[in-house]
Amino acid sequence: MIQRKVINSFFEVMNQCLVIRITEDLDHHRVMELREEADTLITKERIRNIIFDFDGVTFMDSSGIGMIMGRYKQVIFTGGKVGVAGVSNGVDRIFRLSGLYKIIEKYDTVKEAVESL
Amino acid sequence: METNEMYLEFDSKSTNEAFARVAVAAFAAQLDPTLEEIADIKTAVSEAVTNAIIHGYDNKEGKIKIRCQVKEDTIHIEIKDEGVGIADIEKAKEPLYTTRPEWERSGMGFTFMETFMDYLHVESLVGEGTLIVMDKQIGTQKN
Repeated sequence: MIQRKVINSFFEVMNQCLVIRITEDLDHHRVMELREEADTLITKERIRNIIFDFDGVTFMDSSGIGMIMGRYKQVIFTGGKVGVAGVSNGVDRIFRLSGLYKIIEKYDTVKEAVESL
Repeated sequence: METNEMYLEFDSKSTNEAFARVAVAAFAAQLDPTLEEIADIKTAVSEAVTNAIIHGYDNKEGKIKIRCQVKEDTIHIEIKDEGVGIADIEKAKEPLYTTRPEWERSGMGFTFMETFMDYLHVESLVGEGTLIVMDKQIGTQKN
């Protein structure tokens, strides 16, 4: 059974996973909107794993890569993992080019990700 | 030779990154690009504009200028700022190199510009600003 705590429309905690709903283009602007709250929640909710929910997102540039890498560096200290879900073809392309799939896992849905991590 | 040109100038605010992407993509639409070619152009423009905002103007106020020209099947894009300039252009273009690791910059901006466009040229003078020039030929298969 998954323990679920909805923080707001962009953040949710499931078990010890922080689910971040990107919802729009993931560029530098969006990263700045999400990052501070994500970091606050990681500490406050004692987060172990992070899942980025890309459902509905059709664009990501290198700023998104930087944000994901930054969160990865945080959770890896406590043996945590980072996963991405709902990745569209366009976003998948950027992930593949960046080599990020070497260190993060891709899932079809958030549910699948939470159950696996 | 018929050409078509547009010129855009906007504040160096991160909220304008999406606007710049969409504006250039809209102008490129006259070349009938594929979805992937549009994505390529949007990504490259996003990288250059973000660099101008974060690095060029150090997140302070400034103007970013974009000039686009369509000629035959090619789109020519120039993105200019009058910010701090790049001290070492070759170093800046190195994959994964960033002057701002503390800001979680991936250092992949120029790599993405080079990957998604057919031609990239960078001109910069410390204390004066930076000009990014990119070309992309639309409708040809690139290996």
